[in-house]
Amino acid sequence: MSQVAEGTDAPAADEEYGGLRLRNVTKSFGPFTAVDDLDLDVPRGAFFALLGPSGCGKTTTLRMVAGLETPTSGSITLAGQDITYAKPYRRPVNTVFQSYALFPHLDIHENVAFGLKRRKSRDVDNQVREMLELVELTSQARKKPTQLSGGQQQRVALARALINKPEVLLLDEPLGALDLKLRRSMQIELKRIQVDVGLTFIHVTHDQEEAMTMADTVAVMNAGVIEQMGAPADLYENPKSTFVANFLGQSNLIEGTITDRASDLVTVDMHGIGVSVPTGRSHTDGDRGWIGIRPEKVLIGEPGESLDAPGNTIPGGVLTDVSFVGVSTQYLVRMPWGQEIQVFEQNTGRRRLFRTGEQVELSWRPEYAFLLDHAQDASAGAQKADES
Amino acid sequence: MTRRKGLVGYLLLLPAAIWLGVFFVIPFYSLVATSLFDPSGSDVVGYEMTYHFANYADALREYWVPLVRALWYGALATFFCLILGYVLAYAIAFKAGRWKNLMLVLVIAPFFTSFLVRTLSWKLILADDGFVVNFLQFLHILGADGRLLATPVAVVAGLTYNFLPFMVLPLFASIDKIDPRLIEASSDLYANPVVGFFKVTWPLSLPGVVSGTLLTFIPAAGDFINVQLLGSPNQRMVGSVIQSLFTDANDYPAAAALSMILMILILVLVLFYVRRAGTEELL
Repeated sequence: MSQVAEGTDAPAADEEYGGLRLRNVTKSFGPFTAVDDLDLDVPRGAFFALLGPSGCGKTTTLRMVAGLETPTSGSITLAGQDITYAKPYRRPVNTVFQSYALFPHLDIHENVAFGLKRRKSRDVDNQVREMLELVELTSQARKKPTQLSGGQQQRVALARALINKPEVLLLDEPLGALDLKLRRSMQIELKRIQVDVGLTFIHVTHDQEEAMTMADTVAVMNAGVIEQMGAPADLYENPKSTFVANFLGQSNLIEGTITDRASDLVTVDMHGIGVSVPTGRSHTDGDRGWIGIRPEKVLIGEPGESLDAPGNTIPGGVLTDVSFVGVSTQYLVRMPWGQEIQVFEQNTGRRRLFRTGEQVELSWRPEYAFLLDHAQDASAGAQKADES
Repeated sequence: MTRRKGLVGYLLLLPAAIWLGVFFVIPFYSLVATSLFDPSGSDVVGYEMTYHFANYADALREYWVPLVRALWYGALATFFCLILGYVLAYAIAFKAGRWKNLMLVLVIAPFFTSFLVRTLSWKLILADDGFVVNFLQFLHILGADGRLLATPVAVVAGLTYNFLPFMVLPLFASIDKIDPRLIEASSDLYANPVVGFFKVTWPLSLPGVVSGTLLTFIPAAGDFINVQLLGSPNQRMVGSVIQSLFTDANDYPAAAALSMILMILILVLVLFYVRRAGTEELL
């Protein structure tokens, strides 16, 4: 347990920590490192989401917690117990598999009873009946998995894991196979069940919206490391890397040179226009950086029009594209330095629609902007976000 | 359109129907008829059809020992094939990786040599001064004058060897189809590897177990080559009795009646077996 040595600032020693803790966990498959020196604390009772594009190592992390993979190095403790090398059937952890992995030769009742029977639990039938009631599958108890719809199978998989009351419930993209409408209602359902039973849920997904709506803590993973971790709103409003800025929603990233660092404000020269960012939202020590601003935080107006955004005003834009979505209008504005900036304006009815080719001025409040490390790729994470 | 489709269907069935008619229905009719001929006839003076059902009783009374022995040896060989074949099929399906296809070819490879030649080579392996017997004598498992040839061990070993591929192939087909994620799921749900095998892998492989045991048991119970080459008259199985009745004794009615008895017995056993396995709800 030499890894604990660095943990003087850790909230509790491994033996006392009640949640799930990963320390310096690395998993390599030959020359490929799937998970790279990962540290993670998941408090007891949390709904925790591991979010990232496919191949980022989130499923491998989950499988190591389940015991289906063994870490190359590092340690995993759960409720004070070292479970790094414990067999999967000896850990108080259950998984809802992406493919559901329901036993085709057993009916729904037997599938749900499987874990309890292995542990010689008493009164299995009644517990199963209660669990099937919770997931509203009582009438399907004697059917075989193949006779159920995708959404029903998903609930069986959930019930089969949940009934064991594990310390940690792992969900491996459990909603990935469902259509959008069903997925939304299952998200609400899952969240409700998690609050009801009070277990720790670790939810792996590549769907940022799913992670944000369900989890109370989200860890964004990329290339085997956690880029940023926090409450969904914090991650969205104050991303610390270009990957997070692009993967969670959309961001405009504009190159700039840092001209001044005051105690509370960083001033940046953005293609000849001075803009400022609060120090707490600056995530670079370099001379150059990316100014980030979410499209819905950018205000659009006629040249010279006074907009409610003191501080940063960027003149000289030309509208190149207008898409009227209904609830909002999406503008694409070409700036004097050639870059196109996205603007979302809510359809409040109080402002007129701008037309392609019009001269416009952009503006935003400094406290909405963020400043990122210039060494990072400005398009990192962007494509994946478009796919999902 | 539908009528034309129907016609095409019947045309496609025709070759198989003709084949079955010429090579199954007619010979089968002939067998049934022969089994009811008057036993006092011979192939020289000809037989008379007297519906002599006593042929069956006579055959049973006289040959019940080789009949029971055949079923017993067949069952033993099937059992050993199942154990050996299951381990092999499991290894090929789950553990062989890129050697999978090569191992399957090796399972089938013995078929490239004649059944007879392969059984004869077992005679060499199990010979009285062969290394197997010598080694077993050295270990005092066999006495100084102990032997393997002309014993039930040799016959069952020969049967097991010869019919093993018929067990391995259907077993492999079934086991290979099992999603390894189901085994992961069982271990996630507190089943240790042994329990996981009996609760998940084994039930999912039952279709292969049923077809494999049938494909092994039916020919093994009717076999006469292994007894003839590796056994002695003490191990006579019903197959060799039928064979000698037909070719040596020329007692066609008794031979036919015994064939019918063997067939009916196996049919009843198979139906019973499939019915029982069927209640386990195969996938």
